[in-house]
Amino acid sequence: MSEPRWLRSVRWIVLGLLTIFTLTPLYVMVSSALKPLDEVQGAFHWVPTTLTLRPFVDIWKTIPLGRYFLNSLVVSASATVLSVTIAIFAAYSISRFRFPGRRVFSVTVLSTQMFPGILFLLPLFLIFVNIGEATGVQLYGSRLGLTITYLTFSLPFSIWMLAGYFDSIPRELDEAAQVDGNGPVGALLRVVVPAAMPGIVAVAIYAFMTAWGEVLFASVLTNDSTRTLSIGLQEYSTQTDVYWNQVMAAALVVSTPIVIGFLLLQRYLVAGLTAGAVK
Amino acid sequence: MTSTTSPPAVERAAGEPDRRPARSRRKRPALPYLLLLPALLFELLIHIVPMFVGIGMSLLHLTQFFIRNWSAAPGAGLSNYRLAVDFHAPVGAALLRSFWTTVKFTVLSVGLSCLFGMAAAVLMQGSFRGRGLLRTLFLVPYALPLYAAVITWAFMLQRDNGLVNHLLGDDLHVVGTNTHAPFWLIGGNSFVSLVAVSVWRSWPFAFLILMAGLQNIPADLYEASALDGASWWRQLRSVTLPMLRPVNQVLVLVLFLWTFNDFNTPYVLFGKSAPLQADLISIHIYQSSFVTWNFGSGSAMSVLLLLFLLLVTAVYLVSTGRRRSDV
Amino acid sequence: MRIRKITPGVVLALLAASAAGCGSSGKAGQATSQTLTYWASNQGTSLDNDRQVLQPELDKFTRQTGIKVKLQVIGWPDLLNRILAATTSGQGPDVLNIGNTWSASLQSTGALLPFDDATLAKIGGKGRFLGPSLAATGAAGKAPAGVPLYGQAYALYYNKKMFAAAGIDHPPATWPELVADGKKLTHGGQWGLTLQAGQVTENAHHAAILGAQQGAQLFDSAGKPHLSSPQEVAAIKQYVDLMAVDKIVNPSDAEYTDTSTSLKDVATGKAAMFMNQASQGSFKLVGMKLDDLGVTPIPFPAPVPAGGRHVNSFVAGINLSVFKNTKNRDAALKFVKFMDSADEQKILNKTYGSLPVVSDAYSDPAFQTPATKVFQQVLATSAEPLPEVPQESQFETLVGGAMKTMFADAANGKPITDEYVRAKLDQVDQQLAASG
Repeated sequence: MSEPRWLRSVRWIVLGLLTIFTLTPLYVMVSSALKPLDEVQGAFHWVPTTLTLRPFVDIWKTIPLGRYFLNSLVVSASATVLSVTIAIFAAYSISRFRFPGRRVFSVTVLSTQMFPGILFLLPLFLIFVNIGEATGVQLYGSRLGLTITYLTFSLPFSIWMLAGYFDSIPRELDEAAQVDGNGPVGALLRVVVPAAMPGIVAVAIYAFMTAWGEVLFASVLTNDSTRTLSIGLQEYSTQTDVYWNQVMAAALVVSTPIVIGFLLLQRYLVAGLTAGAVK
Repeated sequence: MTSTTSPPAVERAAGEPDRRPARSRRKRPALPYLLLLPALLFELLIHIVPMFVGIGMSLLHLTQFFIRNWSAAPGAGLSNYRLAVDFHAPVGAALLRSFWTTVKFTVLSVGLSCLFGMAAAVLMQGSFRGRGLLRTLFLVPYALPLYAAVITWAFMLQRDNGLVNHLLGDDLHVVGTNTHAPFWLIGGNSFVSLVAVSVWRSWPFAFLILMAGLQNIPADLYEASALDGASWWRQLRSVTLPMLRPVNQVLVLVLFLWTFNDFNTPYVLFGKSAPLQADLISIHIYQSSFVTWNFGSGSAMSVLLLLFLLLVTAVYLVSTGRRRSDV
Repeated sequence: MRIRKITPGVVLALLAASAAGCGSSGKAGQATSQTLTYWASNQGTSLDNDRQVLQPELDKFTRQTGIKVKLQVIGWPDLLNRILAATTSGQGPDVLNIGNTWSASLQSTGALLPFDDATLAKIGGKGRFLGPSLAATGAAGKAPAGVPLYGQAYALYYNKKMFAAAGIDHPPATWPELVADGKKLTHGGQWGLTLQAGQVTENAHHAAILGAQQGAQLFDSAGKPHLSSPQEVAAIKQYVDLMAVDKIVNPSDAEYTDTSTSLKDVATGKAAMFMNQASQGSFKLVGMKLDDLGVTPIPFPAPVPAGGRHVNSFVAGINLSVFKNTKNRDAALKFVKFMDSADEQKILNKTYGSLPVVSDAYSDPAFQTPATKVFQQVLATSAEPLPEVPQESQFETLVGGAMKTMFADAANGKPITDEYVRAKLDQVDQQLAASG
């Protein structure tokens, strides 16, 4: 593409502004995490006058951060694995078969994306409680309950994206696999899934991020021992004090692995989106 | 691009009937349903059945006196709905105001996110030094857990000790300082803050999708238009934007639904009681049900919201002509 | 084919849904007979601090009775939702803390065990409790929905050094005095008074206290809301005017949502006065020298308005309730008795800086300090419970929220007129009426 000269300056100005916009909160997060409490609570200064690593030690004592992190990780990871698996099967069905009800299913599932969480939060809670009483399977207050809730949050979009991705994979591939003696499911697992890996990774990232940041359902469906980070981090604000520096330090500690993982996988994300939903 | 309008499966099934898959389909007519079953079960359990229960709740006079024993709650008929849409009474008026706030918020947030995403994606099309680094940086807000990101903003937006007033007042002198400093978490500016935080969180997603979309535009289209002597600007308008249209349509819809229903961002930024000017509908309904324990009324409002979203989505899909006939 | 495949799922889901219709059939806790689940509220510096404070006491209880107690400390932002969830589902703890202002609201759900006289007798009888605290356990004429656990009251804290520097030799006893003192104390980055003006419940508390002083009846005997009465309008306007007209409150306070910010303002000399519940411990934590900290009751109006009541606090505090569905009622009551025993009352209230709710605990020298005596006096003689009506929690949310908006407007320089306040309160009245 031919680039005029003025574009260079526009590019640097626009990208520069976006960089500042993006970076500023990140800088605040890092610098505040390194300040002692009284400095964080005082007027803002760009450069900390006292640097301390103390908040990174204290965060583990003020709240059971490790447990919350583990809960979030277990719930988000299980929700991701389940959501992606279920979405692969559903998307394959939609992409490769023509059957009555296919459209109804697609539209229904997609429209659940529109349901206001607030509408079904309380009914869902009651259903969980009643299933617990009827079957002994504890969904309320357990990681399991939160996991299956979260998996459905990412399911509609995941199915839709993967169906698009599968459409772009030549049918000759799975037909060839079926000639080799595989059933349709065998063809899906041996041929389509490997070919769709970038799309699957993209969907997995999306599913993970959806579960990782959720606040509303976590506030009702968890208890002390299953509380996740998005709720747990709020405990740095207590009756007597708001430990801003610890909030920032904890946010940093729990975000770092996720951000790194995300950035490592981002090339799949772009590749997956390229071939999938955005076609 | 082609699969959007002509799904390969349909094409093939009609044009070039292939015996093998046809046979396997005949042999296992249940298979496609079996493959859908897990998705269907979970959607039923988590979304669809609770939604019908929610609709049922909206027809009950379900206040604190009855939440312990729903079967005793008196039927309310449509009175919860009448209350919600009686825009002359305070409850309805507040709901309507919150609704318009949400519409304004959604339009601004989605518009700016798309604009920023588009600008960044287009400007980063060519290769230049630091492109990879920038791309990585731009994606960080999307990867950050919501609570961590939004609470940082709340910290920055404090009047006395926040970065925003420090930057705008002490450093740039565009707003007053000390007793003349503006508020960002209460009053009219809280709306601006909410939009800024929302855009900060969602524009990277737009960027990501549009970047992927750009990679799909065949290079020969650009080459052809360059041969015609088209300027960069003209190329942008005649090649890039039209080619991105389908992507943009999906993106806008997805962002619209997320933003309109967003509960987490205002909740973390303002707490349970958002300032009037930033009282988004999800928070408003939460207030009307969970905080005041009037679930009948809250459910009725949610159902109205759902109807609105369904309507908008349907109209949008029809008017943009985006019919993934296969999905 | 399709139908057959989907059916089991639909049936299962419908079963679940129909079961949801009778949510009260539940059992409380999954506890075996000798383990109690106890939900404690956040009283200490952090949830963890609460666990550290309570666990040794719970262990003591287990040693005495053989009954185990499973402790969950729940933060305030979560507590009401968790209680709501427990109420709706019937799956709750055996024993729980509630904010005493929620008593009538929670009582109306029927989820809490009524403490009738026979039940009260099991834990030592009514007579042991401070009258006002006991009055804040539910609607009048109904068996209490719990018993008091920690007592609290409001008073006016002031920074003695700042008062001395401004040449004021005694704390204000009336509102005109407070405003006059406040003006003397307000200059150059220092303010007369700090308010948690962005805090919904704090605002609602002051609406009730100042309203009582003006003679307002927030709810009539039939439970109908009357917040837009001239008395209540005057009370709320007076409160907002501290910032809007008297200008002795920093407009920034409109953003204050947590106590610690105000405590620090007093400790660091940014503000001279603060109306708060007993909080010497928290003051100490933010670096306030307790010698410099004065306490006096919240002022009264002068002249006293017609019908005004001699009130300068509401009966604040935490109650201990038993979940009605508990399968361990006797054990739960034993636990309540234990927590309200003189010894535990001394230990816990001393640690948390709150006031014992039983008279026999006051012998402890820790509760004989001048500061504590001020609170005691207020709680015993001039405190009135918040309206004991089922809609109390809605009242707090709506009034407190409206006041938060008023403060935001005041802070942004909008004039706060009687009309404006009345319109806002009128709206609250109608919303309360609609939800009732």
